[in-house]
Parts: sequence; C-alpha cells; structure tokens
Amino acid sequence: MAAVPREEIFEKVRQTLVDALSVEEDEVTEEATLTGDLGAESIDFLDIVFRLEKAFDIKIPQEELIPRDILSNPDYVTDRKLNEAGVAALKAAMPHADLAEFEKDPDIDKISDVFTVGTIVNFVEAKLAAS
Amino acid sequence: MRWIWIDRFEVFESGRRAVALKNVSLAADHIHDHFPGFPVMPTSLMVEGMAQTAGILVGEARGFAEKVILAKVKRAVFHRLVRPGDTIRHEAVIEQLTDQAATTTGRTTVGDDLVAEIDIVFSHIDQNVSGLEFPEENFVFNESFLSLLNTYRRNSGERIPL
Repeated sequence: MAAVPREEIFEKVRQTLVDALSVEEDEVTEEATLTGDLGAESIDFLDIVFRLEKAFDIKIPQEELIPRDILSNPDYVTDRKLNEAGVAALKAAMPHADLAEFEKDPDIDKISDVFTVGTIVNFVEAKLAAS
Repeated sequence: MRWIWIDRFEVFESGRRAVALKNVSLAADHIHDHFPGFPVMPTSLMVEGMAQTAGILVGEARGFAEKVILAKVKRAVFHRLVRPGDTIRHEAVIEQLTDQAATTTGRTTVGDDLVAEIDIVFSHIDQNVSGLEFPEENFVFNESFLSLLNTYRRNSGERIPL
C-alpha cells in the first residue's frame, strides 16, 4: 500500500482534535501540546483514541500510545521521576514521541507534555506504515 | 425521587443496541419548576436518560463486570421541546467497545419527531484511573437499573396477563 502523505494524516488528526476538544483549527499545530495548549483532560484521550481509530481504520491499544506500565513500575520510578532504566524503557516504547525535553526532568506527572499534535501524527504514521 | 430516567426497555440487543422509553408526566415535581406555567422536560435529564440506556447496554456487554462511568458527552443536539404527555424513546447503539472504554451514538425521538442526537463516551474506571481505589462492589449498576433489564427479559415485550 502506498504511504499516506504526512500532510494528509496531519489534516485528519487536526479535524479529530477540533471535534474532540472544541478548539479552533489554527490552534492545532504540530508543536501544540494536547493538555497544555489544547486543554485536553485525561478523559479526552479515550475519546481521541476512539476517533483516531475510526478516522484511520486502525486499532490503537492504549499501552502503545501511553505506556502506563512503565510509568507505574516501581523499578523505573523513584520519587515520581523515571530513573535511567525507566527513561530507556520509555524511549523504546514511545518511538513516536520526542522525549528530549522530558528527559531533562523526567517527572511522571509531566508525561502529558510529551503529547504534542506531532506525536499523534507520528504515531498514526507508524501505525499506517505497519498495517 | 429515584434517580432513574427511563421507565422500560423496549428493545435490548446485547452488545449492540437498546431502546428505552420514558413517559413525561406532570406528576413529576421538577417539571413544574422547569418552567412555571410552561412545563418542559429538561434536556439535561434527557441526556441522563440516554446515558442510562447506553450505560446499561455497555455494562451488560461485559456482564456488568466493569464500572461504567459517563466520561464525556461527545455531542448533544436538541431539535424540539418535550412536554408532559410525550413518550420519549431513547435509542442507543454501541459504536466502539474496548477493555478501557466505549462510545455510543444515540437518537431520542417522540413519535416520528427527532428530539435529540446524543453521543457518549463511557469509561471502565477500574481500567483507567491508576492509583485510585474504588469499592469492590459495582456501585454503578444498582438494583433499580438491573431491575429494568430483568423486567425486559421477563416480559420480552409481552403483556403481563391480568
């Protein structure tokens, strides 16, 4: 199957976020964070995942998008921060995310900052390429 | 007052679709305040009625093992007022169902008139809220909700002989 152009994926992701979060189209940029910039709450992630599954006809297991098992694993977390092994595990589990900023202060309460619109586009792009 | 905003299931197709009826009556106190001299069924209570219809449908699909909580009203559009004497018909259809959550689409009608379109996201809270403890028992599906389903199953739409 021919690869879907990134621009096309972005447009569909943008429409999904406009519908799910009632935000304006021009607010949805690649760099915008879902929680910080677009005001998503944890419950919105469920809605967004369902909408993406429908829009792209893919299955998104929750663990693939947000590896909660790593964030709640006591071997990886010390004082609510990921240790070195935890960061390595997270990197392996989230190739779709840019973790450079998060790595500087790997506070698990800040994991939502990792989710930019671009992260979602990367994730969908990888999913479509693998399907 | 009991917090139950549907009276009877008319259709219950496990894991797929449910239709529930609600009769709007002047015997209900709330309708006299909403509004004095012009009683109208509150739209918020129609959203609740749809949530109960769809929530029981979603709960039953997993054998009531999950605590099904309304997470988000994705969309609620109303087209017409509902007055005393009307019979509301909530039709809910499961769109997506996973271990963590479910989405439903819904149409609320009175007779042939479309009253509302109400789409909902439900969360199976034990699967989503890490670190928080909830009671072991399923506090969502209490006896009055389950009795609606039991009544439907006993009657299967047939009249009870007098």
